[in-house]
Amino acid sequence: MKDDLVFRVVGKLLIPFTLLFAIYVQFFGDFGPGGGFQAGVIIAAAIIFYALIHGLETTRRIMPDWVVEAMLASGVLIYAGVGVAGLLLGGNYLDYNVLDHDAVLGQHRGIFWVEVGVATTVSSVMVKIYYMFASRGGSEGEP
Amino acid sequence: MIGHFTYIITVFLMVAGLFIVIARSNLIKKLIGLSIFQTSVYLLYITPGKLVGGTAPIISPNYTIYSNPLPHVLILTAIVVGVATLALGLALTVRIREAYDTIEEDEILACDENPTTAPDTEQSA
Amino acid sequence: MAITVFTLARTRKLFSVVVLSGIYSFLMATVLVALDAVDVAMTEASVGAGISTVLLLAALSLCRSEEAKPVYKPWLPLAVSVTTGALLIYGAMGLPNFGDADAPMHRNVVPRYMQNEVEVPNVVTAVLASFRGYDTLGETTVVFTAGVGLIALLRRRKNNEPAKPSRQDSI
Repeated sequence: MKDDLVFRVVGKLLIPFTLLFAIYVQFFGDFGPGGGFQAGVIIAAAIIFYALIHGLETTRRIMPDWVVEAMLASGVLIYAGVGVAGLLLGGNYLDYNVLDHDAVLGQHRGIFWVEVGVATTVSSVMVKIYYMFASRGGSEGEP
Repeated sequence: MIGHFTYIITVFLMVAGLFIVIARSNLIKKLIGLSIFQTSVYLLYITPGKLVGGTAPIISPNYTIYSNPLPHVLILTAIVVGVATLALGLALTVRIREAYDTIEEDEILACDENPTTAPDTEQSA
Repeated sequence: MAITVFTLARTRKLFSVVVLSGIYSFLMATVLVALDAVDVAMTEASVGAGISTVLLLAALSLCRSEEAKPVYKPWLPLAVSVTTGALLIYGAMGLPNFGDADAPMHRNVVPRYMQNEVEVPNVVTAVLASFRGYDTLGETTVVFTAGVGLIALLRRRKNNEPAKPSRQDSI
């Protein structure tokens, strides 16, 4: 599909804006609709769009398998890490009030990191699912 | 009765999803029916939360009445878990297709009952 | 949406079924916006009409794309579904009216959440990440487990033999 001019031009226009919109949705989840899940899914949609246009091999060179799998695990670890940080600083598990001197700022910091963890995991799972399905069809004959 | 019309719509969608799951034997269609069932459950949770004259639950000084945010939180989790389940179901369907060469439920059951007529496979994975 | 679902149940070409399910997700997202659930609508639109359709098409490309003709008329499932529907509607008559502000769901915990002690304007994000943070941790773990399960199911062998098992009779 990468020989088709329309797809390449539209891809070049749309994919950077989609990624920017995903980052916007992630960080403005506090003030408008949005948050970690939506941002993760939009990032995955942009990467899948790129993979549809330019092929799986090119996408694998940009985002190799080990990066995706590392992101998968580190998202959950970031989330649990915020909880453990609450423990280490003297409060309960997943207590955000102790993360900063001011309780409200501690809440903001905790919510920020938690959403980053969620977005990482969700986006890498969606991309990994696409990789698995698309690479499975290599040696299958179409019935 | 008029006040409950949303429940009637929700139950209709739920029953339609249920019908697809139990009446069709194609595995992918069953999975899609299951996801229709799940979306009708989302409607079931969110419709009682809406207050007439309210707005989205984002606190701003211009509005005083907000819709109930608690079902939104639960349904957000449910949507993501639903897509994870769909992905796993589709992966299982692909493996079944490789093992039995069909995705119709009756043919799979027939393959299982008489293994000499339609050869199925020994898994070495 | 009822028309979409009805057509979906009767279509046999699976590609049209997948496209119809994408249309259904978009209509559901529109209805959710009309119900003031903007976060849920954004998630449903991106997940249901985006990722779900891509996954279904990817799985469809690995399987046959037409459903076999049904062998017998589905009278029993139809009867079961209609009976279940009737019972559910009878049960739903006891639930509160649409738009009722006095329902019990508005009275227990929600006034405390809405007092906004974390000073984050989007109450849904605040509840999701701070008041009910454990549930979100569990959900992230579920998504992670789905990814791991998928890797376990669909990984290829490293030594280049095709993962499709050879056909032999089971002894």
